Amino acid sequence: MADLEKTKVPTPAPLDWEYAPAPESRDIVRFQERYGLFVGGEQVEPLSGEWYSTIEPANEEHLAEIAQAREDDVDRAVQAARDAFENGWSKLPGSERAKYIFRIARILLERSREFAVAESLNSGKPIRESRDVDVPIAAAHFFYYAGWADKLEYAFPNRRPQPLGVAGQIIPWNFPLLMLAWKIAPAIACGNTVVLKPSHTTPLTALLFADVCRQAGLPPGVVNIVTGDGRTGAAMVRHPGIDKIAFTGSTGVGKEIQRTIAGTGKRLTLELGGKAANIVFDDCALDQAVEGIINGIYFNQGEVCCAGSRLLVQESIYEQALSKLKRRMSTLRVGDPLDKNTDVGAINSREQLERIEELVESGREEGAEIFQTECTLPDRGFWFPPTVFTNVAQSYRIAQEEIFGPVLSVLTFRTPEEAVEKANNTAYGLSAGVWTEKGSRILWMAERLRAGVVWGNTFNRFDPASPFGGYKESGFGREGGRHGLEAYLRFE
Amino acid sequence: MRTEARIPPEIAWLDLCSMAQVQLLPRDLELPLDLRLPRVGAVDSVALEARAGELAKRSIKRGSKLAALDLAIRMMDLTTLEGADTPGKVSALCAKAMRPDPADPSIPSVAAVCVYPNLVAVAKRRLAGSGVRVASVATAFPSGQSPIDVKLADVREAVVLGADEIDMVIDRGAFLSGRYAKVVDEIVRVKEACGSTHLKVILETGELGTYDNVRRASLLAIAAGADFIKTSTGKISPAATLPVTLCMLEVIRDVHDETGRIIGMKPAGGIRTAKQAIQYLCVLNETLGAAWMTPEVFRFGASSLLNDVLMQIRKQKTGIYQSGDYFTLD
Repeated sequence: MADLEKTKVPTPAPLDWEYAPAPESRDIVRFQERYGLFVGGEQVEPLSGEWYSTIEPANEEHLAEIAQAREDDVDRAVQAARDAFENGWSKLPGSERAKYIFRIARILLERSREFAVAESLNSGKPIRESRDVDVPIAAAHFFYYAGWADKLEYAFPNRRPQPLGVAGQIIPWNFPLLMLAWKIAPAIACGNTVVLKPSHTTPLTALLFADVCRQAGLPPGVVNIVTGDGRTGAAMVRHPGIDKIAFTGSTGVGKEIQRTIAGTGKRLTLELGGKAANIVFDDCALDQAVEGIINGIYFNQGEVCCAGSRLLVQESIYEQALSKLKRRMSTLRVGDPLDKNTDVGAINSREQLERIEELVESGREEGAEIFQTECTLPDRGFWFPPTVFTNVAQSYRIAQEEIFGPVLSVLTFRTPEEAVEKANNTAYGLSAGVWTEKGSRILWMAERLRAGVVWGNTFNRFDPASPFGGYKESGFGREGGRHGLEAYLRFE
Repeated sequence: MRTEARIPPEIAWLDLCSMAQVQLLPRDLELPLDLRLPRVGAVDSVALEARAGELAKRSIKRGSKLAALDLAIRMMDLTTLEGADTPGKVSALCAKAMRPDPADPSIPSVAAVCVYPNLVAVAKRRLAGSGVRVASVATAFPSGQSPIDVKLADVREAVVLGADEIDMVIDRGAFLSGRYAKVVDEIVRVKEACGSTHLKVILETGELGTYDNVRRASLLAIAAGADFIKTSTGKISPAATLPVTLCMLEVIRDVHDETGRIIGMKPAGGIRTAKQAIQYLCVLNETLGAAWMTPEVFRFGASSLLNDVLMQIRKQKTGIYQSGDYFTLD
């Protein structure tokens, strides 16, 4: 019976499947040729008369002209903020303030695609991230703090919370819109007015946000946005009319700010660098831990202050973990930030790229073993391939200094005690991750890790309800949650 | 014919690790499990689902979409498993399997037709010479709640009738009550009964409750000799899902790392749209890579997926969506 023989099928060649480019349309966002400062509810020309060009880090193309604010520009913004504070905003019932903030949150969501594209263009981060992380969490922060605006008395019973006045807020370039939300939402919910300075390299979403404030009918002067480089920030820090400085950025600048305002009575919160340990125990769910390692260090090109840049792996699974990690790294898609399938985008600026290159070079020289994925990087723009260093000693610069790029250093440990010791052996203390199936061990570790955030079986998760901030050189003060309100209130 | 259980069922199987110590398993069995705990391993459901969700958002366009849809057809086990199946219906299905779109000769035939044992002979005759294989469910499908002798007879009968592939179900009752040895023993004996016939082991993940269980059941099935592991019978909801498929693919990857064995994967049930099929292919491509992008080691078990794929292919080729009336219902 010939027809009962097993059917023979010629073995077809497996499909080597390449994803075709899937770029998000950039037409949804239209930038002005030139952006002035947002002061007192309108765009004004800078008194300095100076402008600079902001670019697209993925290809170094010019995007728009941005005002370079001088001391008198900052002064004008502070005046506007002071006026708004004295003449209304601080006296408005919390429930009224909440209405504006809810409105801002809704508008952000309505315009989320526009903001996502703008963010990716100006910062170099993949659209997948700006679409799924930055913009939705930014909106969530406004929703969250809108809810607190009329409940401050309940958040701090019997302490009679009062706003501080004018808050000067300086934010970094790694999460331009998200950091803006972290700063502005709690400040205005508590009845303060703000002068915000976005990073020199990534001002565009903040300037689009100015338009959201107008659209929401926010009273003029409650939110003011000044742009410029470090000189603008320094002018804010020195300005006597500012009651509180909130800064997110490098530890060096943070220390300088603290020196400058010493003795002035200005309040200060600092969210600075980090060198987080991601600690992987041998009983973890390994494939998911590898995802967590990837997400910990290659999320946003590693340009994350809480990035899991030091991987501590238990010795017994070192080889298995490393081989899984390298294989997973090779599937990361590096390239056009606007392509919906891109996992790792462009480095934000030439300056940052040079810093990453310098530190990676030091790692090679000190004797660490380097592994980089094979990927073709575009000719123009600022790019760095996902990188991992093994054979790293605790004393190497790559294990000590914040790289702020897609570079992971791997160390091993044998016992939980040793893991804690190595994890804490850093000048920073912003975050840490623990991977184990043993719940009790997560708690044991969390008690001993000197880090503001300890993630259990996850990494780089942000929620408006959860406070975030550092120990040691990672700064002080907390953002997010009820704790985040305290940074913008005084108590009678 | 042996009917005595090879492994005394009363042995207390506390966990999978102890399995490796037991000498009762067949000698040539390659165990991917040994005493190092991580090699059995755990699954974190939150992170697993997050990863699957991330891969589901891949945007597949133009040429890569057409290539994926073509592959999806070649990977399809076109299935009918109804009490109401007749030789006529199976004949029609076979015609569709060989020539899915009469209007477009460039459309390939599917991998296999999947039917009940009674209809194997019909399918076999109808498909002779076409290259399309006949898969038969067996072992008291879908519940698996019959004595082992009945299950083995079911398998032998299907093989004699000409099935190229056998889709068996595991004894979920035994698995969930911790009698792993019974599960292994059954698969080993079904594999024996199959001879050279390809064996797919259905875990019925919808009844297993946790990803940890899915991982364990996958390892057991592979250790016992499965050529393919398959998610579902299609009779239970939830059937195949992306996270459960990812979980099983990770097991297959670990087994390959440990032993070099290449195990196939078949998500089945609930995959109805071309978009879903592409999501599964993204998960496959980014978990196991190009070596698994072939019908030899990956199949879709589906009854209604084919027409949507055909419709999407026509849309890609002509730029126009056709109504459902232009695709045959079989």
